[in-house]
Amino acid sequence: MNQLTAPRGLARRGFLRLGALTLAAVAMPAKLWAAIARPDAAFTATGLDATFAELGATPENSDGIIFTTPDIAENGAVVPVKVEIDGSKLSGVSKIYILVEKNPNPLSGMFMFPEGTEPYVETRVKVAQTCNLYAVAEVDGKLYMTAKETKVTLGGCGG
Amino acid sequence: MAGKIRIRAKAENGVTEVKALMRHPMETGLRKDQEGNPIPAEFIKEVTVSHNGTVVMQTYWGASVSANPFLGMRFNGGAAGDTVTVTWVDNTGATGNGETKIR
Repeated sequence: MNQLTAPRGLARRGFLRLGALTLAAVAMPAKLWAAIARPDAAFTATGLDATFAELGATPENSDGIIFTTPDIAENGAVVPVKVEIDGSKLSGVSKIYILVEKNPNPLSGMFMFPEGTEPYVETRVKVAQTCNLYAVAEVDGKLYMTAKETKVTLGGCGG
Repeated sequence: MAGKIRIRAKAENGVTEVKALMRHPMETGLRKDQEGNPIPAEFIKEVTVSHNGTVVMQTYWGASVSANPFLGMRFNGGAAGDTVTVTWVDNTGATGNGETKIR
């Protein structure tokens, strides 16, 4: 019996190790090719810190991100936002994320810029209640952010 | 609900500015109707902008982008008469697309 279980245990360990290696191999390209896959976990994360954790790290503050948001939004369901990058302070931006701190899921959008496309985006988001909005820019895997508060007089969810 | 997309693309000083307006309810799945039944989630997950068939921007969205979403972007190059295409896919698998010529 003992003679049988020993090799079986080894085989199982080997199998587990193989499994871990395969997982690592699968996870690595997912990180490298983040431009292709939708980060579903980040989109469903609740709370700002959990969302930043899913994106990789809490971003550093940067004044190279020009984030235009209204100070007061009468209608939280339609809040225009614009993100521009000051190329002299932050160059090589490949992705921009827009987050709304107190929404059920803070991450609103992820925008990817291939070579030749300006790191610039304009859109409209829902803001559930008065809170900070974050524009996050990614340069070589490092995250930078700038925050702006929008006061909401009518919530964006639930109508 | 294959929605049409209204697009305007304008080339100026070597940069093309694209503005796209999609028709979509962008339901979060968290709202309830008047009887208190949850309204199922229906939101655009992915939007792609192409210039003459080459992707110039890819985006992923959550449900907190406003209903009838607006997207503005800029890419280098592009000349009057070139084609700009915008396509979206939502969480139910529905798609929408629109095409315009750069002015």
